[in-house]
Amino acid sequence: MASIAQAIRMALHVGETRLGVQDVFGQDVGPPLGGVFTCTQGLTTSWNAPLDERGIVGMAIGLAMAGARPVAEIQFCDYIFNTIDLLKIAGNTHWCTAGQIQVPMVVMTPVGSGIHGSIYHSHSFESMATHMPGWKVVLASNPLDVYGLLISAIKDPNPVLFLYPKALIRMHGEEKIPGEPDDVKQLSDMIDAPVGDRQTWQPQWPTLPDFDIPIGKGKKLCQGDQLTVVSYGRTAPLCLQAAHNLKKQGSSIEVIDLRTLIPFDENMVFESVSKTGRILVVNEDTEITNYGEHLIRRVLDNCFYHLQAPPKLLAGANTPGIGLAECLEEAQVPQLNHIEQAMKRLLEIKG
Amino acid sequence: MPKQTFKSDQEAFRLAKSRTFNPLKVYHNMVKARALEERLIKMSKSEDGYFWIGGPGEEAFNTVLGMLVHKGKGLDYDYMHFHYRQSATMLALGMPMIDAIRQMNNKVTDPFSQGRNFVNHYVKKEWNVMPVSSPIEVQYAIAPGTAWAQKRHGGQGLTIVTGGDAGTAEGDFASCLNFSSRPMMEVPILIIITNNRYGISTPFQEVHGDLPIAKRAESFGIQWATVNGNDPIASYNMLFEAMEYTRSSRKPFCLEADVSRLRGHSSSSGAAVVDSETDCIKDFETFLIDELIVEDRELQRIKDRYHAEALEAVKKVRQEPYPDPSTVFDHTYVMEGA
Repeated sequence: MASIAQAIRMALHVGETRLGVQDVFGQDVGPPLGGVFTCTQGLTTSWNAPLDERGIVGMAIGLAMAGARPVAEIQFCDYIFNTIDLLKIAGNTHWCTAGQIQVPMVVMTPVGSGIHGSIYHSHSFESMATHMPGWKVVLASNPLDVYGLLISAIKDPNPVLFLYPKALIRMHGEEKIPGEPDDVKQLSDMIDAPVGDRQTWQPQWPTLPDFDIPIGKGKKLCQGDQLTVVSYGRTAPLCLQAAHNLKKQGSSIEVIDLRTLIPFDENMVFESVSKTGRILVVNEDTEITNYGEHLIRRVLDNCFYHLQAPPKLLAGANTPGIGLAECLEEAQVPQLNHIEQAMKRLLEIKG
Repeated sequence: MPKQTFKSDQEAFRLAKSRTFNPLKVYHNMVKARALEERLIKMSKSEDGYFWIGGPGEEAFNTVLGMLVHKGKGLDYDYMHFHYRQSATMLALGMPMIDAIRQMNNKVTDPFSQGRNFVNHYVKKEWNVMPVSSPIEVQYAIAPGTAWAQKRHGGQGLTIVTGGDAGTAEGDFASCLNFSSRPMMEVPILIIITNNRYGISTPFQEVHGDLPIAKRAESFGIQWATVNGNDPIASYNMLFEAMEYTRSSRKPFCLEADVSRLRGHSSSSGAAVVDSETDCIKDFETFLIDELIVEDRELQRIKDRYHAEALEAVKKVRQEPYPDPSTVFDHTYVMEGA
């Protein structure tokens, strides 16, 4: 099955061939590199921008105002922070102009830890991203969801921040993207640029039928009735693994991959918590004013009388950065063992 | 350094007239803009409005800019990314004076933001006027996007971006120069700086060494010029040539206009009359009388007419409704199918 990098590439190919995308751009996005994570290799509309995040985001806003469908990339979310007032403008333009001007643009950026990225290649961004009304915010955890949601992001008339977990970029999915070949090597031969000289290389895109995954819909990774775990991005598959591990000990845990943070799938979360009476939110952004706190507040507003235990947030340590040493990184952002422990503690509380 | 004053130049005047410069029409718009701004300031000091910011002192340059725009919707026409001192341009484009008053009075009839945004924060999709926002520099980063779309589209449309001298300190100005001048990917954009030599209270010369500002464009390979923005004839000729260059070459041009600021930065600094700076309207009146284009008493009639229009507009707008608070979430997102 495809990797996340390949899924992004195929979604952008669909975008530029069928959805009107004429610009996929950012630093190192165009040939010859095709993105530092190879997510934009082989595209016909990709181009290299100056190393200027504000210029990149500004260009995308202008293109969108002119009726284009730009997809801009910020190479690491760690470098998106100096664009925040431009991101705010993209988010507030439709409101400020009483509906006159739409800004249909996608900004893609990889987030989170997991590549020994130290202080400036390990940031999370969702808590800040979700604090900018007017944006939709997506953070998927596997190639199929990345593919389907990126297509929806391109189609969306609103600005969409498309975050993706850099730790999982090379991970191959368990679910097949419609149209991709069965053989992993065959797909690689078709759409992965060769190492070395690529000047004459052309990708052979698989035939990709119409497909998308709607923004705003979560995904149940497993069913359970004792505890609801809500996660997304890098920690979502860890939560699933932890739930499987604890199932062997008799625990019944429901894991929801939120996939979209703004708007999030309220029905799925509230129905699940109303059933289980317990909720654990897991992400790796710093814990203070964390997006998970918003989820918990919304659960308290809507499911309070169903709760049998205090809601719990398991998030990143409130530190200015992620340390380079593996032992530091593992101590700072949730790992499998942290998630299992948090699950156990919640399950031990008697309702 | 004193602000530049109007200098009578018969050759320039003849040239401008051959390019359809109409002195009386320009004067009318300048006076209309001044009357509007003076009324807006009065409103800000009464119960008719809150904060005021605008463009008294920039009427000469901004009027002729508006008259040279190819107005329309879409890539074949000019895109405009303005800052908040552009009332004379909007009037020259055809905006009814009352619409600015509606925005000042934050009424739902405000066609730009329905009572949501400050006065002089214009947007009009039908004319390619993109939203004015309060940050002083962001338009410089955004404008190359519409210009890039126009470059790809072909035709004669160009993008115009304006900002003040203080805003050029921000990196977005450099972003604009850079993104506009990528080799083989230059875009048709007119990058304008209206230099009033202040950022709120801070003199430009106290915190900048880059005068003229437009010369910064030179290191990007961008053609540039400066002009006396208090002189509508010189400004008209310069803008005419800069726009012709940009339309035909599909390349950027950077123009710095020296302008006055006759009522300070905004209502936050009192909006008091500044009589130490050149008043482009007074200077142009002297020229019009000397050239026998209009008589002195007619000038007063023109002023009275626009002041009366502004006052009548306020009276009308006072009767119009405020936005319904229940609409506060409207347009946060584009709804599907919209």
